[in-house]
Amino acid sequence: MDLIVALQSSFGELITAGTAAFVLCAIGLAIHFGFTGLLNFGQAAFAAVGAYGYAIAALDWNAPLVVSVLFGLLCAIVFAVLLGIPTLRLRADYLAIVTIAAAQVFKFVATSSAITDTNGNVITGGAEGLSEFGGTFYSLNPVPAGAYQVFGNSLTQDQIWVDIVGWSLVVFCALLTYFLTRSPWGRALKGIREDEDAVRSLGKNVYLYKMQALILGGCMAALGGMVFVINSQTVQPTVWGTNFTFTIWTVLLLGGATTVLGPIAGGIVFFTLFAFIQKVLEGLVSLHLMGNLTIPQVGQIRLILVGLALMLLVIFRPQGLFGNKKETLFNG
Amino acid sequence: MTRLRPLAGILVLLGTVFATLLGGMSASPAQAATCKPADPTLPYIVEGTLLNNGETPLPGVQVNLTGNGVDTCVLSDENGYFMLTVANPAKYTVSIETSTMPSGVGVEPADQASQEVDLTVTSDQGIIFPIGKVADTSVSIWAQLADRLFNGLNMGLLLALASIGISLIFGTTGFSNFAHGDMVSLGAMLTWFMTQILGWPILAAGALAIVAVGASAYLQDAAIWRPLRKRRLGLNQMMIVSIGFSIVFRYLILIFFGGETKDLGSTTEPVSWMAPITTTSTSLLGMGISAAALAGVALFLTRTRIGKATRAVSDNSSLAASTGIDVERIIRIVWILAGLLTGIAGVLWGLRYQANWSTGFDILLLLFAATTLGGLGTSLGTAVGAIIIGLVVETSALVIPTDLTYASALFILILVLLVRPQGILGKKQRLG
Amino acid sequence: MANEIANGPAAPGVAKVDPILVADGVRREFGGLVAVDVAHLEIPRGKITALIGPNGAGKTTLFNLLTGFDKPNSGKWTFQGRDLAGVPAFKVARIGMVRTFQLTKALSLLTVLDNMRLGAKHQPGESLLRALIRPLWRKREAEITVAAEELLKRFKLDAKSDDFAASLSGGQRKLLEMARALMSKPVLVMLDEPMAGVNPALTQSLLEHIKGLKDDGTTVLFVEHDMHMVRHISDWVIVMAEGRIVAEGPPNEVMKNPAVIDAYLGAHHDSDLGADKIAKEGN
Repeated sequence: MDLIVALQSSFGELITAGTAAFVLCAIGLAIHFGFTGLLNFGQAAFAAVGAYGYAIAALDWNAPLVVSVLFGLLCAIVFAVLLGIPTLRLRADYLAIVTIAAAQVFKFVATSSAITDTNGNVITGGAEGLSEFGGTFYSLNPVPAGAYQVFGNSLTQDQIWVDIVGWSLVVFCALLTYFLTRSPWGRALKGIREDEDAVRSLGKNVYLYKMQALILGGCMAALGGMVFVINSQTVQPTVWGTNFTFTIWTVLLLGGATTVLGPIAGGIVFFTLFAFIQKVLEGLVSLHLMGNLTIPQVGQIRLILVGLALMLLVIFRPQGLFGNKKETLFNG
Repeated sequence: MTRLRPLAGILVLLGTVFATLLGGMSASPAQAATCKPADPTLPYIVEGTLLNNGETPLPGVQVNLTGNGVDTCVLSDENGYFMLTVANPAKYTVSIETSTMPSGVGVEPADQASQEVDLTVTSDQGIIFPIGKVADTSVSIWAQLADRLFNGLNMGLLLALASIGISLIFGTTGFSNFAHGDMVSLGAMLTWFMTQILGWPILAAGALAIVAVGASAYLQDAAIWRPLRKRRLGLNQMMIVSIGFSIVFRYLILIFFGGETKDLGSTTEPVSWMAPITTTSTSLLGMGISAAALAGVALFLTRTRIGKATRAVSDNSSLAASTGIDVERIIRIVWILAGLLTGIAGVLWGLRYQANWSTGFDILLLLFAATTLGGLGTSLGTAVGAIIIGLVVETSALVIPTDLTYASALFILILVLLVRPQGILGKKQRLG
Repeated sequence: MANEIANGPAAPGVAKVDPILVADGVRREFGGLVAVDVAHLEIPRGKITALIGPNGAGKTTLFNLLTGFDKPNSGKWTFQGRDLAGVPAFKVARIGMVRTFQLTKALSLLTVLDNMRLGAKHQPGESLLRALIRPLWRKREAEITVAAEELLKRFKLDAKSDDFAASLSGGQRKLLEMARALMSKPVLVMLDEPMAGVNPALTQSLLEHIKGLKDDGTTVLFVEHDMHMVRHISDWVIVMAEGRIVAEGPPNEVMKNPAVIDAYLGAHHDSDLGADKIAKEGN
């Protein structure tokens, strides 16, 4: 096994639109959890709602790119409002329970073949999902055709294009978050995170702020979901499970939940490690150093490591790898 | 060093698990074969994956292909995947042999069980069979309703067993355990392993599995949650830790037992005198056991000294501590009790519905809906809530597609939070 | 004194010359237990009113009800003639009725200055859309900051203004919470045990602050256990026991009221409340 090759391809993983998609979701989650204290355990569903909204608009209505994106965002807004109305007035763990349940149900609904259009086609594509909806996006590609060498990986012009757009969105959302969290609006959010009754006693409409935060973070996740599926060119229900959500949580907590750069740093560290561990474990398996484990089981072990990382981070370093100990967020 | 205790606990737990894992074990049930595998040299292919409710693979189901002088069949593999091959391009009829599907599972709508494929336009045609629980339309609506209500009661009793554990742990520690469902999977998988692989009798296997889940609950508390309580970790943090642990737990079960849905070898023969209700002797026995276990919990909580102390800790743990109750001891007992009950639920769920590595996580939604409906932290309320959830999930299949019945639990959950967030039997002060 | 404030002799529920807050039939039950059952209550405008009573008398619950943090089973109340029943807490605060909490609610991971700024009203930057356009709120932010720094100086917290509120002592948090409540220039301030946990060296200045509020025309209603404070700064005292108002009147009269002494000391009493202590400290 060649460690250099493993490292190189791990770096290659960094700049992909797939990483950007997770970072976008993590920035959204930073707004939810890091700045407002909302325990959203269904961020995958926000991403999925955006992705399906985009794909359905693009496929069923042949909508132009802007309309597809706006429709995806609209779906995420509606989803946030539906979840927020019953839960945002209640204790934090109710939002946690409802979001994780809603994410699961969204998966059921997307997988189900019950919801069909007038022609009898399953709108979500059922278990097979939807594909080939990136036409309006890739037709705008200004990158000249050809193969590009990045970190030793060869990329097509389309991959370069989606990578550029994905990371531009990351920069945009990070800047937006930066300016918002330094505004009086962001001050109110942080106040709510610390003690919502205190903020209420100062005349602020806490419920409205929480709803705005849920919607804004949800829209960023929806953008992440769109980048994810435009990159992979398919949207399948199995992708948007709890693993997706808690990968986002791990990314966020790794970098530090209360900072704007945290999700980006967390995403970079996480996906480099994730890819590197995969390569190393696969190498060990192929050398028969891992007992009876098979290559598919390596993916499963990797997820076990994600779960373990999440546990250890929350217990031992809740401020994240780069956060300041004084700013440790958890107080509930 | 005390800082590192939870870490040590987790590592010991995982170390043991991995050691066993690397020690080597692979288990896969033998499969009966009546059809030959497809000839891979033939150029025209029909393929597909049989998934119950669009997610659980159905292995060993026979798929037939007829037409153009060909009559062949194949069995789906452990991932539910099947492939049929033919030599010539033509239109063929592909049909599912519904008798080879697990009981209660069928193609819906039924006319989709047989579909036409056109191999003149493509050489490789994918095909989807919509599969789910079937409602027999030849039976009157009242008979169907009676059947659904009975099976809903059955499901509700199982949900009650599993969710009372969540409720007791929440009541005594304030902590919502998102890794609770995985104990259901563990109970079912262990029973499968002991009955189907080791060939042990079901009663012995079930009892051992229940004890093992109880022991695992004790270990979880001792290795992770007690040290974290000592560190005074916040409840929100504990919740996220439990999510991380649930991922670890679930994928360990997957690596150990494999991804296929397991049949625990229960009878499929319906009990004739119960008609129009379709149930099996296994299910009836299971319902008896669940009801007895729930009655036992009720007696324990109301009649025994430890049970009363448990309720005192749930009401106000610092007050209970000041009256001389050893709160940590009560919490330990609650964890073991929760584990045993969830173990029973796991064994019975596996016997009733079959199970796989993520069954427990899939029903976690129902468990939380039950505890919220009943009022977080009240055991009686949780049992009532669970039975309501079971009834609603089963009867909703009469009006909504079978693969969406679990969604009705989310609907109830949201409705409860809107109208009466303290649950049916919860006290208003619990909200804060 | 009674005549300046009340219309008629001091008695529970007596009408005031110029009431700012009027409550009628406010009742709150917790699972069968009656926590608050106030038949009629008027709070005089521009005065300092103390709300006293033994633990569990329902003082904090009454605060919660009046400010919209809890909902009564029944009852109505008006603030400056405006019906407040069913009005959410944040609107109550906007109308000019601002409260503090018994257990301090300093926003730990915000700086002391940001805590103060959050108390201010009319900051356009607190709306999501305007937050992004700095020129729309920069001027107001500067005004708010000046006001906050002024108040912090008055409360002797100016040295701490850039520290996280988490680093303050318990007493300093109490001061911060009170100062923060004043940022919105409320008409009525409701202080829930403002002296609890405050360093004795600070109590005198705190008393001065509260008196200063009255001089600025602000009405003060406070819950307190410290009879010394009640006696010294309040113009009017309302006594609660078991959810009801059992006595009202000027401090000196109320302290001698047998019903009050009963409520506090049960049957075992032989002197009026706080009088000895105050007499000693007064010398």
